[in-house]
Amino acid sequence: MAEPLAKGTWVEIHRIVLAPGERAPQVPEDTRLVPLEMRVKGFLLEATALGEEAEIETPAGRRLRGNLVEANPAYTHGFGPPIPELSTIGGAVRRILREWGGEG
Amino acid sequence: MSRESSYQAVMGRRAEIVQRSVGIDYERYTTGAIAFDYEGLLADTGYDLEAIRAVQGRTAVGRTPLVELENITALVRSFAAPGKGARIFVKDEAANPSGSFKDRRASLSVEEAKKRGSPGVAAATSGNFGAAVASQAAKAGLRCIIVQEAFDSQGIAQPEIAEKTRACEAYGAEVIRLSVGPELFYVFLRVLETTGYFNASLYTPFSIVGIETLGHELAEQLRERTGCFPDVVIATHAGGVDVTGTTRGLRAAGADRTTMIAASVDLSGLHMASDHDFNRKSFTTGHTGFSMPFTTWPDRTDVPRNAARPLRYMERFVTVTQGEVFYATQVLAELEGLERGPAGNTSLAAAIAIARELEQDRTVVVQETEYTGAGKHPLAQLNLAKRMGIEVVRGNPRDNVPGKKIVIPEHPSQIAVADVDLDRVRRSYLRNALDSVPEEVQLTDIDLEFLAAETRTDRTYVREHTDGLR
Repeated sequence: MAEPLAKGTWVEIHRIVLAPGERAPQVPEDTRLVPLEMRVKGFLLEATALGEEAEIETPAGRRLRGNLVEANPAYTHGFGPPIPELSTIGGAVRRILREWGGEG
Repeated sequence: MSRESSYQAVMGRRAEIVQRSVGIDYERYTTGAIAFDYEGLLADTGYDLEAIRAVQGRTAVGRTPLVELENITALVRSFAAPGKGARIFVKDEAANPSGSFKDRRASLSVEEAKKRGSPGVAAATSGNFGAAVASQAAKAGLRCIIVQEAFDSQGIAQPEIAEKTRACEAYGAEVIRLSVGPELFYVFLRVLETTGYFNASLYTPFSIVGIETLGHELAEQLRERTGCFPDVVIATHAGGVDVTGTTRGLRAAGADRTTMIAASVDLSGLHMASDHDFNRKSFTTGHTGFSMPFTTWPDRTDVPRNAARPLRYMERFVTVTQGEVFYATQVLAELEGLERGPAGNTSLAAAIAIARELEQDRTVVVQETEYTGAGKHPLAQLNLAKRMGIEVVRGNPRDNVPGKKIVIPEHPSQIAVADVDLDRVRRSYLRNALDSVPEEVQLTDIDLEFLAAETRTDRTYVREHTDGLR
């Protein structure tokens, strides 16, 4: 059994809000086949192990319950590698300006 | 008192929850079967331009620079016909506290929340507006909850929205991240109902009048610079607030002859509520997935009467492709030293094409920029696109296929706008308007007048195009 995370740890909880059978009638087929999921971050109110039901206090001061999925979750969005299809645009437009020279 | 929290039960209480959360009795404004007193609804916010400026001035919102894009103008002139190539300017709205013009939109809602003694504000938004509400709430000492549609069923987050999650959390907000689906509204209603927070809706009158300062400022700034009001203002168009608020501000400044052009990224063929399509849209806003439905029928939001009525204000509605916007974003960074967008640069891509059509002594103002950063960047979007199996190539932007192929132009002269047929949009609006009331309901003169104003036409047009519909 995993070691519980300490009370006060910044964590993320996960919950299914609507199961596939409960989705709104207007959603397209592919969306209807999957649940509506929710993830919220906050401070753990009691020591709880990952994968267990947990209660958190959110930054707005609300108490929410859900499955404890991550401790101190990282922001992983970034830029990624340069895109070759964009890399030559700058040089090309500067060349156009140089060659054109500004009359017109 | 705990109330039933099932989807059906909460949606059934929708009108009651919304009315309490925005403090507006929308019924009061009803004047006909379809008609309502639009100007009255806006006027009753109680904020005139001076009052709005005072509120926004306290949080350093607004008074952003108007920057002339001399190098891009020169680039356009290099391939335009002799004598053509209007001067292009941009209103650098990224200079607002949270990095976009959405601070203007959020400022009055947060001011109202404070005035009314609400414990906090909540908003349903995956875009810059969330960061704006969170930033304004932080300054006002109010709690804040933002509800986002953030990831697909594989757990893949749209990078631009991931950045907005981070920004909202940086301002101390609680962020509820949801998977794909319109039931976000149900979760949002539950938040409003259980917290009693003020609903900083994107579509209340407070949101619209907050933008009026933007139109007013850019008109005045351009007149100071050139002696004239702008000939053309181009706004990136999604829900219709930019187009509505900016045009109202222009008119208030006296710029009666400025042409308002709405520009959207063409995402036709992608379904907005589809889990599969979610991460195949390389834009989270400013696209036709919002602008088409909202222009043809604005009253599809979290409030009963949308205060954004873009069809009243736009004189032209154009689309550009994804690749053209990414190209324009790169040019803005490398020729003008402004790393901004990308979504906000939709109007810049359109400006490159439109300035080319106009005489050199004309002026085109791009109505916004937005901050850029991790996730919120062409590199992040195009890397995600490639991961989702979308082809990214250089070539003719006309070959762009939303969700399948992104074509980055090979030369700036390939950037072009496609005109949306406004007459078709108007007819579609009228059909939706008639569908919104029971068939036996008779339209009054007030309704005809209202529909004419809504579509920028006259009663004859409205009569001609509604007769066949019932």
